[in-house]
Amino acid sequence: MRRQVTSLVVKRLLIALITLVIVSFAVFFATALLPGDTATILLGQSATPEAVEGLRKAMHLNDPAIIRFLRWMAGLVQGDFGTSYANNVPVANLIRGRFANTMMLAGLTASIAVPLALTLGITAAMWRGTLYDRIVTVATIGIISVPEFMIATLAVLLFAVYLKWLPALSFTNEVKSFYDLMRTYAMPVVTLTFGVSAQMIRMTRAAVVETLNTPYVEMALLKGASRPRLVLRHALPNALGPIVNSVALSLSYLLGGVIIVETIFNYPGIAKLMVDAVSTRDLPLIQTCAMIFCLGYLALITAADIIAVLSNPRLR
Amino acid sequence: MTRATLSGRFGMRLGYRFNLIGMSALSIILLWSGVALFAPQIIPHSVGEIVDTDYFGPMSRDLWFGSDYLGRDIFSRILMGARYTLGISLAAVSIACFSGVALGMTAAVAGGWFDSMLSRFLDALNSIPSKLFGLVVVAAVGSSIPALIATLSVIYTPGAYRFARALAVNVNTMDFMAVARIRGEGLPYLIASEILPNILGPVLADLGLRFVFIVLLLSGLSFLGLGVQPPYADWGALVRENIGGLPFGAPAVIFPSLAIASLTISVNLLIDNLPSRIRDRSAE
Repeated sequence: MRRQVTSLVVKRLLIALITLVIVSFAVFFATALLPGDTATILLGQSATPEAVEGLRKAMHLNDPAIIRFLRWMAGLVQGDFGTSYANNVPVANLIRGRFANTMMLAGLTASIAVPLALTLGITAAMWRGTLYDRIVTVATIGIISVPEFMIATLAVLLFAVYLKWLPALSFTNEVKSFYDLMRTYAMPVVTLTFGVSAQMIRMTRAAVVETLNTPYVEMALLKGASRPRLVLRHALPNALGPIVNSVALSLSYLLGGVIIVETIFNYPGIAKLMVDAVSTRDLPLIQTCAMIFCLGYLALITAADIIAVLSNPRLR
Repeated sequence: MTRATLSGRFGMRLGYRFNLIGMSALSIILLWSGVALFAPQIIPHSVGEIVDTDYFGPMSRDLWFGSDYLGRDIFSRILMGARYTLGISLAAVSIACFSGVALGMTAAVAGGWFDSMLSRFLDALNSIPSKLFGLVVVAAVGSSIPALIATLSVIYTPGAYRFARALAVNVNTMDFMAVARIRGEGLPYLIASEILPNILGPVLADLGLRFVFIVLLLSGLSFLGLGVQPPYADWGALVRENIGGLPFGAPAVIFPSLAIASLTISVNLLIDNLPSRIRDRSAE
């Protein structure tokens, strides 16, 4: 039986690897086969044709696309992300600090959202059909139906404009004390937490409710177990796999949310860097940021799948 | 009776009848569709006309939702914005679902290497976060309205494919499929006359959900300045234009957001309250 699990996990990892290659292919061709010549963009409209041709040679732009793709991939694997067009700095240098900032934001959000969402999701399933459950369900539907920027703008309106508790923009370089840290991170983290938790609550609740419909839970009910005991002792251990799975899947929502949140709060993270790169058409920067996001997303989805396999007692 | 209808939304489904929440959600959707169709006839002010001497003006009897950052009427701009938000999303969702469902049914019926290659490829596309995909493609091809529609439909085709394929695989194992195959029917007949009628309900419910995703993504892109470009403005672009009014709590920021929320929440609630006959098969 153990062998079956191992082979499933290995198979899933292989699929992830193949997917990664297809994704990098897609990212490269979406960005590299742009209309508009990179050399012309770099040198400006007034460049002489000779200068443009020289730069094209130097950048290997005349090679077939597939060769450029392979060279780009080889660079990525070796940690060479290329040089930013906009300011001629290695992309790796631009990304390093930004990456830490984004991970900080994501980590803070996850550390708040996961316990919050699990508590709400499990208790909502425990008291299914009650007023409490309905409020949680309607609130989560409401939150996942609205765009992230609306949650962000409402949070700014409430906490910065009406209550005046927090600054409307976040600047991490002003942080000197823990209090400053709280103030600058509060708004972005609250916004992201809303979106991530709403997803996670829905999925957690569904996972627990599904287990509650099984015969052995009914048996426990007939034997006279209380509702909390029914959920916590009988249903929860079996719903654990799907719950962890849903946590990983919901965290992948962070990747989309962070793009909006970093832009609206002017937060110096990778997503803001990428949005700026898109407006300056800085291709190496866009490609690298896109690959980081895809890698993170793929890692989370694969982790979710593997956890689902590992937690299935029929396979263990 | 009213109470029973209300609780029907969470517990038992009421057969073919729409309950109260479903009805109100449907009427909001119809209202916005009407607005999108007849916007040029019903707007009180021209969208480009500067009607207020002040910018970010408050709500008044003349300017119902206040004025924007140039002093234009926000109410009229929202009514016109409905055309772009609804139109682009509807076009994109139709293309995405048509191609996704057609490919999904074909893959389920054909099977073999066609099925596994297509599934592998579309799953890979699906593992690019949608906002990121939008950003990269818009950076590449620019954000004209046809390009936006094409991008959005490409992003949501894999999801529609996966959903339709999962349903079609189940139908494919039925006896009537075997009979049709023995009769010698070709692929177009099999997918159009045998499979499609059996998966139509869930596919339409899925189309509604995908519509919501597309509205949200389009608004998100427009909010980032990569979606609908001036002089046109959809609801996301209206929020972006007027984000400067946020520190003053200007109605110009709030109402476009509310318009998006009213549409997306209504579609979600309508689908949640569809008669169970339509929805149940989508639970598979």
